[in-house]
This record gives sequence, structure tokens and C-alpha cells, in this order.
Amino acid sequence: MDSRLYAARRRRNGIMLGLSLAATLLGLGWLVVILVVLLWEGFSGLSLAVFTEMTPPPGADGGLLNPIIGSLILTVLAVLIGTPIGILAGTYMAEYGRYDRLSSVVRFINDILLSAPSIVVGLFIYEIMVAPLGHFSGLAGAVALAVIVIPVVVRTTEDMLILVPDQLREAAVSIGTPRAFVIAKVCYRAAKAGMITGVLLAIARISGETAPLLFTALNNQFWSTNLNAPMASLPVVIFQFALSPYQDWQKLAWTGALIITFTVLALSITARALSATRKPS
Amino acid sequence: MQPARRRSVVDVALQGNAVEVDAVAARAKALNRLRVGDMIFRALTRTAAIGVLVILGGVIISLIDGSLPAFRAFGLNFLFEERWNPVTERFGALAPIYGTLVTSFIAMLIAVPIGLLIAVFLTELCPMWLRRPIGIAIELLAGIPSIIYGIWGLFVFAPFLQETLQPFLIATFGNIPVLSTLFAGPPYGIGMLTAGLILAIMVLPFVTSISRDVFEAVPPVLKEAAYGVGCTTWEVVRYVVVPYTRVGVIGGVMLGLGRALGETMAVTFVIGNAHKVSASLLAPGTTISATIANEFTEAVGDLYTSSLIALGLILFVITFIVLAIARYMLLRIERRIG
Repeated sequence: MDSRLYAARRRRNGIMLGLSLAATLLGLGWLVVILVVLLWEGFSGLSLAVFTEMTPPPGADGGLLNPIIGSLILTVLAVLIGTPIGILAGTYMAEYGRYDRLSSVVRFINDILLSAPSIVVGLFIYEIMVAPLGHFSGLAGAVALAVIVIPVVVRTTEDMLILVPDQLREAAVSIGTPRAFVIAKVCYRAAKAGMITGVLLAIARISGETAPLLFTALNNQFWSTNLNAPMASLPVVIFQFALSPYQDWQKLAWTGALIITFTVLALSITARALSATRKPS
Repeated sequence: MQPARRRSVVDVALQGNAVEVDAVAARAKALNRLRVGDMIFRALTRTAAIGVLVILGGVIISLIDGSLPAFRAFGLNFLFEERWNPVTERFGALAPIYGTLVTSFIAMLIAVPIGLLIAVFLTELCPMWLRRPIGIAIELLAGIPSIIYGIWGLFVFAPFLQETLQPFLIATFGNIPVLSTLFAGPPYGIGMLTAGLILAIMVLPFVTSISRDVFEAVPPVLKEAAYGVGCTTWEVVRYVVVPYTRVGVIGGVMLGLGRALGETMAVTFVIGNAHKVSASLLAPGTTISATIANEFTEAVGDLYTSSLIALGLILFVITFIVLAIARYMLLRIERRIG
């Protein structure tokens, strides 16, 4: 056999596999670099004042209390609005209409909504809630986030319910349990961990969302829990402060970024741990 | 309330036909109640499922409705006009569309090969015990909110590029005819190249995790047969794994492209927001999403707002098509493998 051909093939194999190793190191390297920079820049600004004081005017001391509370309110509201709708829709697709036409259409559309640009969602909510009412509001921000929550929850609910063995349903039906009870008492219980994972992933997704809030909840320099008024949120404040020319605002932006990143990482790691055995795609 | 009702279900189910008349009536009543409850629940879930369609319909209708004034004023010229002047109220979408396409193209150019190589590493090379941790790390990278990439890009990445990569590119390609226009101008740091690179980092995890999933779905028999006739690992990947999963990989790439096209915050920080179509990748530009994010709250006048919403509509249509193709491709490979 031609030993030169062998050597060439082996060399090519070595080069390509070396490249794939290098690519992996590069990919992981970015994660490390980003986290290190975040820690470096964010930690130096982290203090108790960040959690107890309002956002300052330029040049003064202050914290991020009102955007943190605003983000919490918006997130909780969005989850409260989005989760029931998402779970119900996912239930229909997995339980009642697993093979019907409506389900396959909804599945397709839902997958598209799942990765649709979030700024478009902001425009949509602006058109239906902000423009008619004539003012920005925290409620509009929460609804915009809910629109992002729904597809995530629909997807995981459906995936998880489909994993529930049919024997469980059949056993329940055979003792005369109505369908709604089978779903609520048997299927939901069996799929609970997965469904909670879905909600956690949805929270992780929206806690860093900025684009849909820019022209729905807008921003608020002051303490406000009024849902009818503009409301501060962490991502929007980071956006505003980071692009400002003031040093201490930029510093607060980094600290806010650190808080968001670790919230999101903690949420996704918890979600992953919950569904360690089965990975939804 | 729950225990009582559960008992009644069991009672109803277990009692035979030999019951007294009022018991029969009670049973019929209970059954009826359950049937109505079941119907209501079914209707509720169905409404919610239809609600998902309503959301999509609402998005489309509200965007079309909002963009009508702009399209009425400018017609289809809106798509091909570079000028964007809020003072004279002349608007054209060419610069944002151009910027969106160019930055996404740069992102895919970098993210696709690297993502595929990482997927190859994870499925063929990596020792078993390391696969899960690395896979999770890559997916965590996907979970980091885009605003983090944005702030990192603005304060760390852009200055870094300004001092290293960009002067190097200008110096290297400055005298080569075509490339010199691509890399012309002073190194601003921010600009389309920087935005494209940040998008590449953001899209990388999506491309990687989907490629890994489809690579893993290749039947081991196929690979073993190739190894059996003496193929190297690379040859197995190149001539067995990739051809077998081509549709799925394209689907994953399109999904990543959908993300890149619509990405807002990471780009807004580093693009420079200049409504200009310039050949140089180092020049500041703008994308559709960055324009909307930057200007929407400050837009005065109906025509300005409407033009921005029209940009949103264009973005939505582009991403919808890309994502629909992606889903279709992924569905096809799912059917073939599953």
C-alpha cells in the first residue's frame, strides 16, 4: 500500500481533530473570560448599598434597589400570566389533541415564537397596550415578558407530558376517572419536575431580557410599584447606565450585570439539576 | 374540596347497577358534573393552545397596522432607500437591513465552523466523563443574557479590538485591492465587525448544541462500518456523520441565524448606530433591532414611529422565514432518525 497516502490521511485526521480541540478550548475560553471580567468589574462595586439604595443621579452614591424590585415585580407578574396559559396550551397538545392538526400547527408556530426576536414582542405590546392607553406602564412590561414566557412553558410542558407513560393514564381511566382528573392528578404529578424546570428556564430567559422592556415598562428613576406607571428594571437600567458617560453609573451597570448573570446561571443550573435524568431538547 | 370530590369519583366508579333510584339520580348528577368539568377543562386547554396562534396573529397584525403609514408614505422605496432623516421625515430601511445581514453573515461565518468542530469534539473525541460538563458549560454560555455580552463588548471587547485586531487588519489588507475597502478607515473599535464577532460568540452555543444532538443521533452501526474498513476519525465525520445529518445541521445553523438576525442588546452597544451603508466592516453601522432599540422611545411624530415599526415588520418577516425553514429541516431529520 502507498504509505504516503496513509501518512497524508493520518496527518489530515490529526489536523482536523486538533482544530476541533482548539475550537472547544476557544468556546470554553469565552465563557471563562466573560465570567472573569464580570466578577472583576462587578465585585468591586458590590456593597450593601447596591441592595438598599435607589438609583443615583450622576455623580452621587446610590444603589440598584428600585430596578431590582422592579425586575422582581415584572418577572413574577410575567410568570403568573404566562405560566397558566403555557401549561394549558401544552396540556392540550400532549393530552387532548396529541395527533390533531391544531396541535401540529401550534407546535410549529410555538417553536417559531420561541426564537422570535424579543424586540418585536416589545413593539407588539407597545401597539396594543402602550399606544392606546397613551402611557408606558409596568403592566405592559409584564405582559411583554409573559409573551416570552409562554412558548418556553408550552414547549417543556408538552415534552414532559408526552414522556408520561400511557399505562399510567390507562390505569387511571380504567377505574373511571374523568380525563381532566387523569391529567391533573396523574400526568401533572408525574411530569412535575420537568414542568418546574420549564418555568425556571423561562424565568432565566426573561430575567435578562431588555429589548421588550425598552418601550413597554420604560424606566423609572424613582421608587415605584405602581403598575400603571413606568417601572425600572435591572436590564434597562444597565443599558442606560452602561451607555452613559458617568463613571459611577458604569460601575453600577457592571454590578447589575453581575447580579443578573449569577441569577440566570443559578436558575439554569437548578433547572438542569431538576431534570438531570432527562434532557428536554 | 379535593378529597371529597375524589371520593365521589371512586364511589361512582365502584357502585354497580344495583342501586336505588335516588342513588341512580345522584350518580347521574355526579357523572354529569364530572363530564361538564371535563369539557370545561378541555375547552380551556384548547383556548390556550389557540391563544398561541392568536399571539402570532396579533404580532403580525399589529406590526402591519403600525407600519402602514410608513409604507403609504414611501411605498416599496422604503426598502431600498438609504436616507434616514428624522428632521425632514425621510426614512429608508436600506442601512439597517444591510447592517443586519452583514453582521449576521460575519457571525455565521465564524460560529458555524467553530460550532461544528466543537460538536465533533464532543461526539467523537471527548472522553465520556468530560462530555456532560463541557456540554453544560456551552449551554450555560447560551443562557447568559444578551445585555451582558453587550456591556462586555462595549467596555472590554471593542477597546481590545481597536488596539489589536483592527490595526492589524488595516495594515495587512490595506494594499490588497478588494480587501482594502472591506477593512478601510480608522479603527473605531465599535462597528460592524465587532458586532458580528459578538454575535458569533452568542450564536456559537446554539449551533454547537444542535449539531451535537444530531451528530449523536447517527446510528453507531454506520460509524462502526466506516471504522471497520479503516477510515480515520475525521473521514468518519466527513463522509458518514455529516452527510447523514446534513439536514439537521442546516436546521441548527438556520436557528442560529434566526437568533443573530433578531439579536438586539449585544449589537446595540457596539454597532455605533450610524445610518450608513459602508463597504468597510470597520465602519459603524446599524441593524434593524439596534435602530428600534435606540430610537423608538425618542421618536416624535407618527411617521417616525411608523417607520420604526415597519423596520420591526421587516425583521419579523425575515426571521420568520429563516426560523420556519430551520424548523422544517429539523422536523425532517427528526422523522428520519426518530
